Amino acid sequence: MNATYTRYELVRLVRNKRAFIFSLIFPLSLFLLIAGSNKDQKIDVGSTVITFPTFYMVSMAGYGAMIASISGGARIAAERSVGWNRQLRITPLPVSTYFGTKVLTAYIMAAVSIGLLYTAGLLYGVHIGSIGRWAEMTVLLLVGILPFIGMGIAVGHLLTIDSMGPAVGGGSAFFGFLGGQWFPLPEHGALHTIGEGVPSFWLTQASHVGIGAPAWGLKGWIVIAIWSIAMGLVAAWAYRRDTKKV
Amino acid sequence: MQSPPAPRSAPMPGIALHNLVKSFKGPTGPVHAVRGVNIDIAPGETVALLGPNGAGKSTTIDMLLGLSKPDGGDVHVFGMTPKDAIAKGAIGAMLQTGAVLGDLLVRELIDMMASLYPHPLPVEEVLDLAGIGDIADRKTTKLSGGQTQRVRFAVAMVSNPDLLVLDEPTVAMDVESRQQFWQTMRMFTSRGKTVLFATHYLEEADAYADRIILMARGEVVADGAATEIKASTGGRTIRGTLPDADEGVLGRLEGVRSVVIHGDGVTLTCNDSDSAIRALLRDFPAVRDIEITGAGLEAAFLQLTADNDEGIGG
Repeated sequence: MNATYTRYELVRLVRNKRAFIFSLIFPLSLFLLIAGSNKDQKIDVGSTVITFPTFYMVSMAGYGAMIASISGGARIAAERSVGWNRQLRITPLPVSTYFGTKVLTAYIMAAVSIGLLYTAGLLYGVHIGSIGRWAEMTVLLLVGILPFIGMGIAVGHLLTIDSMGPAVGGGSAFFGFLGGQWFPLPEHGALHTIGEGVPSFWLTQASHVGIGAPAWGLKGWIVIAIWSIAMGLVAAWAYRRDTKKV
Repeated sequence: MQSPPAPRSAPMPGIALHNLVKSFKGPTGPVHAVRGVNIDIAPGETVALLGPNGAGKSTTIDMLLGLSKPDGGDVHVFGMTPKDAIAKGAIGAMLQTGAVLGDLLVRELIDMMASLYPHPLPVEEVLDLAGIGDIADRKTTKLSGGQTQRVRFAVAMVSNPDLLVLDEPTVAMDVESRQQFWQTMRMFTSRGKTVLFATHYLEEADAYADRIILMARGEVVADGAATEIKASTGGRTIRGTLPDADEGVLGRLEGVRSVVIHGDGVTLTCNDSDSAIRALLRDFPAVRDIEITGAGLEAAFLQLTADNDEGIGG
């Protein structure tokens, strides 16, 4: 890694208002608004009874991290639109460092999004039952967003800046719906089976670890691993295809 | 002059583009953008790649930089492949596309780019050289066209490269910034750097390059010093005042190609102006107000890049 280059990528991230609003402010305001108006509602999650803000906070942490991951890479479209990728290709910057920095900045964005939601949750009286559970949830969330970081980088290399809003919005809505992040999926049936095959489903499962659900089984790890590898390959292909163009 | 030069046997390898060929898929079949280009540049030379739009200049530069893979032929930069030369930080380039990375200040952008190279120039020195010290704390997205060009030049220069490649560097600049730009370039080339710049401004190629490579229709149509290229076509023109001149007699003078008479004024277009002036003075001692002018680079440019291939070697 190149410390100076990484530092400026982070500076750019912080200064980019659109990315900031979309990946940080949007999930946070949604939480403050909806959890705030249902502050005293209780939910029976089977093993125990929790408050609505607790439930909504863990869900939004997963959703927000997913949006932050996709839009992290999607900023590449803006860089491409001014021909910056061609300029970078004629510098000694190794491709691995280029990708590594993109992944790192997406991770930082996602981590900040999660952190903001946790903080807001604490302010709303969300009760931390066990630090261990929260740590487990957070780690699983950070692993589970890996496919979405790859997806963002691929999309950033494939689409133009104009189609980026619909792509990130539509993509996150699509995966949010299929993964049960928007509303709980049925326990059985086709929708559940499809859901188990998408990475956002496992983000939802990771969120639920914070409220007493068990951690991923083998199936979850396999789904996330396959999607991560696949999205990594798509991103690498999109990068090569993009830079070949004259 | 009429054919590509033989590769020079330089003591240190410079830039060598040999038999480069590149085609693209077009809507009406393949477009042969570059058709067998041979260019050799010795270290320390400043070379202009001159030609009209669509001559294949940018495609050639893309292949030199490794941004585009040739269909045929090979590219060597200081004895290395473009990829290796880039990895070593030996090449700095200013591409044709028009903007810079956003969400940064000018100074930050230059600092960031400097961090990518093994032996960068100091950021402050580059800001100064590129004449952007006064806008160093401005956002990169809040610049005029000319300022953006200077920032892009600074990006290319901060790498402290052995080879600087500039594709249409002055295109958005006004006259003053253009002059300032070339002043900076002179300073840069005086450090022994090799420079290749593409342009369609004749006067720039004429004024700032040691050598001009003229491209048209994907081929090199002339390669040499500006004076050589001018001399290779069009010859020179002799003008004078000679009352009652006879067009037929003047036209038969040695070295004269054609004659135009307007009143007392005669204009002789010459293949060999040295012989023509001797013959003119010998046969017409009364001739006065004599002017001998070389054909402009513009005339040479137009003649060499015309669609008519007559008299032009590839």
